Amino acid sequence: MTLLGITLVAPLAGCLLLAFLGHRKAAGWLNIGASGVSFGASAALALDVFTGGPQLSAGKYFYIDAFNVYLVALTAFVGLTTAIFSRPYMRHEVERGRVTDRRMRLYHSMYQGFLFTMLLALSTNNLGILWVAMEAATLSTVLLVSLYRTPESIEAAWKYFVLCGVGIAQALFGTVLVYFAAEQHLGGEREDTLLWTVLHGAAANLDPAVLSLAFVFLLVGYGTKVGLVPLHNWLPDAHSEGPTPMSAVLSGLLLNVALYALVRLKMLVDASLHTSLAGYLMMGFGLVSFMVAGLFLHRQHDIKRMFSYSSIEHMGLMTYAFGLGGPLATFGALLHMTVHSLTKSAIFITVGYASQLAGTQRIDRIRGIIRTQPAIGWSLLIGTIAIAGFPPFGVFTSEFLLITATMKAWPWLAVPLLIGFGVAFAGLFRHLQPMVFGEPPAGQKPLHANMLPVMVHLVLVLWLGLSIPAFLARWFEQATVLISGASPL
Amino acid sequence: MTQFAQIGVFNQAIVLFAALVLFTSFIMLAQTRMLPLIFSFAWQGALLAVATALVAFVSGHSHLYVSALMTVALKVVAIPWLLYRLTLQLKIQFDAEPVRHPSLLLLGGAGLVIFSYSVALPVVHRSGLATRNTIAVSVAVILIGMLLMIARKKALAQVIGFMSIENGLFFSAVVSTYGMPLVVELGVAFDVLVAAILFGVFFLHMRESFDSLDVDRLTRLSEARDSLPGHGEAGEAPESHP
Amino acid sequence: MDHYLTAWLLAAAQTALFVAAAPLLAGWVKRVKCHMQNRAAPPVAQVYRDLAKLFRKQPVIAENASWVFRATPYIVFGAMLLSAAAIPLVAVDLPTGAIADVIVLVGFAALARFFTALAGLDIGTAFGGMGSSREMTVAALAEPAMLMAVFTLSMTANSTNLSAVINFNLDAGLVLRPSFLFALSGFAMVAVAETGRIPVDNPATHLELTMIHEAMILEYSGRHLGLIEWANQIKLMIYAVLMANVFWPWGIAREFTAPALALGAVAIAAKLALLAVALVVWETVMAKMRLFRVPQFLGFALLLSLLGMLTHVVLETG
Repeated sequence: MTLLGITLVAPLAGCLLLAFLGHRKAAGWLNIGASGVSFGASAALALDVFTGGPQLSAGKYFYIDAFNVYLVALTAFVGLTTAIFSRPYMRHEVERGRVTDRRMRLYHSMYQGFLFTMLLALSTNNLGILWVAMEAATLSTVLLVSLYRTPESIEAAWKYFVLCGVGIAQALFGTVLVYFAAEQHLGGEREDTLLWTVLHGAAANLDPAVLSLAFVFLLVGYGTKVGLVPLHNWLPDAHSEGPTPMSAVLSGLLLNVALYALVRLKMLVDASLHTSLAGYLMMGFGLVSFMVAGLFLHRQHDIKRMFSYSSIEHMGLMTYAFGLGGPLATFGALLHMTVHSLTKSAIFITVGYASQLAGTQRIDRIRGIIRTQPAIGWSLLIGTIAIAGFPPFGVFTSEFLLITATMKAWPWLAVPLLIGFGVAFAGLFRHLQPMVFGEPPAGQKPLHANMLPVMVHLVLVLWLGLSIPAFLARWFEQATVLISGASPL
Repeated sequence: MTQFAQIGVFNQAIVLFAALVLFTSFIMLAQTRMLPLIFSFAWQGALLAVATALVAFVSGHSHLYVSALMTVALKVVAIPWLLYRLTLQLKIQFDAEPVRHPSLLLLGGAGLVIFSYSVALPVVHRSGLATRNTIAVSVAVILIGMLLMIARKKALAQVIGFMSIENGLFFSAVVSTYGMPLVVELGVAFDVLVAAILFGVFFLHMRESFDSLDVDRLTRLSEARDSLPGHGEAGEAPESHP
Repeated sequence: MDHYLTAWLLAAAQTALFVAAAPLLAGWVKRVKCHMQNRAAPPVAQVYRDLAKLFRKQPVIAENASWVFRATPYIVFGAMLLSAAAIPLVAVDLPTGAIADVIVLVGFAALARFFTALAGLDIGTAFGGMGSSREMTVAALAEPAMLMAVFTLSMTANSTNLSAVINFNLDAGLVLRPSFLFALSGFAMVAVAETGRIPVDNPATHLELTMIHEAMILEYSGRHLGLIEWANQIKLMIYAVLMANVFWPWGIAREFTAPALALGAVAIAAKLALLAVALVVWETVMAKMRLFRVPQFLGFALLLSLLGMLTHVVLETG
């Protein structure tokens, strides 16, 4: 548990420290350092849990099992690589005069604060704290979305704040209902009624009517954060108007954590209901999000908006897969969570460089990147190929698994899925092709870019596509057994 | 029906205060001027605190006194004071917002009460608490807060709606389960406080960029207007590369 | 048989008392109001003198007036008289109370209003028509609010009969019912509108821009006017008694013995006097509303009554 302590304390300390030092030259390094410590500890923790099984902290406030430990490690990892990218990127923004010293302090402090809330949400054992951490994640990022103080960014941040705030309020009501159901069964005088470990143990005896009502509220609440259609309006705005490192972590991490919360609660509800109501709801929302976001990809004019719609699409797919349930779909969804996180944050980092290169985020003004700076152009191309689900990348593997699972359980649903993949693919590539290969405008000069994080992410995704390493496969298997109750292998 | 007469005067008082909390929600829905809106929000907080203290007294859960005190500190004093200061600072205290179809809005609120009644029914049936009927009221307060946010265009009114949703959530926890565990309530209160401060910061930013606190003006990012020139490069710096 | 006779006699006496005391209440309100506004107050008996004066005078009737105009004062007064008979003033469980229930009362009020409005239109003057149209506008909003408040009471007591409602409240003792609070507030607001008090209408002026009730009866004179004025005073009394006896029924006589009846009379007198003071304070504090704002005022009353009913269903059952 000390490892978890380090994982959590490092970003918290970073948050406090950077609030004062965030504008210094060395702040970027400090940011990387804090994230690095957190990642190191989380990796060690992952290994620990992998060999030693689930861990419960002394006060029972934290609980780590196979499912969340891998998300903790993934979160810390993407946090680290994005921090590495963020150092030169934000320095460039400061040099362009878009960000002042005060806002740099805010940015660095809140970056770490955001990581802290994410890790807290993942590792806490208390459903109430889970909610508090999710809300705190909104609060810590909302000022980062409006970091540039343009009218657009303020509008985006306001929408983000209000929609997510209202949405997540529903989740709190759902949590209250879960607590209510638990109290009915366990008695009111206990302090640990809201703990996941306690609830999961008693889930079979919780009142199904109350829990199904609770799940509707929880789905709407956390679903807003996942970006499910029709609650997705905040997502493209927040992603496109904030600084690029924020887009990368929002897309790569926040959405995942919200989905994690939803899946945890689905496990509870399933155990109580003995029907697939929760699964059907998630399938429906997920499939609609998947289809609608794919269509919206076509009409985008802003490159970051386009990729945020792609995020909605993939989150919809994962929600659908978790709703489908069963070992194969769950395994696929977990794998998809990982590869999507890695790929999408890599893409956002590349897009950040591309728009710095072209001086705009408008798709029709970004032209010929591959000629001006091949590294960025190729990364954008490969990243998009990966996210569109081409072999041999990991996204292909997970999507293939999902289609296989769908074929088995609901054969006719494979048709809309395949159509959705096609639509999304077309939407991405009609915009991508001229951006990468077109004629570069006069005076477009290469800039200093650190492509290391992108390379690392893409190589990992490629690796996961070619062969899933044995320890990772066993790990996913453990998580799958935990969620769906059976092994896929 | 005679049951209500038998639950004792303190439980009746809880129900009465719950009804008054609901009434303040309607007042907020009807109130178009800014300062009275803030005051009615403060009233709602005060009534909520009284109801919570009564629940604490009746049920003997002493940690609810802490919740009641927190409600007073946060929702009767701190947040209204913050909003009041901002209102004066931004000189919007005399603003009145034209609301189309005010009676329709109130009828919508009444409809939401009926809806929340049916939503809360399964919970109410399973609860053994004397205050179980007020669960529907708390749901109604949440939903009316949402209606307020949808119907209003002024940022301040939306914030009031947001905070009133929080009131409803808090109340639902108090009456259905005698409050959440203290650590969770502290966390929620912290979040609410931070949210209130952030809203204040936003008012200043919005006033700076839009010269208005009408959410109507926030139309730059809709899908329909995406193709307008200028979008996506508003933040561009004059010279682009070092 | 003997008991039966006593009951009917008592009912007749109570109705007579009701009708006779109505001008007294109006006079009392006027007097308190003058005191509160630092004016020299007329004696309470002045209202009776005014009525007597009107009854001595011969009515002047317009040439083109039809039978509607002539019949209206009697219809209005009759409706109010019958309503007064049905309302428990000093004692409950009187035989007249058993005949009519709350909905009939609302019906009588509507009947009186209908004929007043017709009479206003009948002679074809500009003011009459204007007053009628305004009256109907107000009524269209006030009546549903009133019915809703009444239904809240009846749902609680499982009866629309006033005696039964009062008995129910007396048996239950002090119960903090949020629905009653809302219903009372809504009912009070409707009463203000229906009896033509500030802020909806001002009974003391004849200002053409704002007057409602006075505009309709502008053409009446002599005993016709006297009857209408008296009927109006009874109406004020009806609303006051309803509020006093339904929401605070304590003191009302439940058996027909002399001490109980005496106590009932004292109790209702005290309650009415207090209510009148409350009305005066309200009228002094409030300003007359523009006519366009009246729908909003009544909409609020409707909301209160609706809330009363909703809180009853949501909070007080099950």
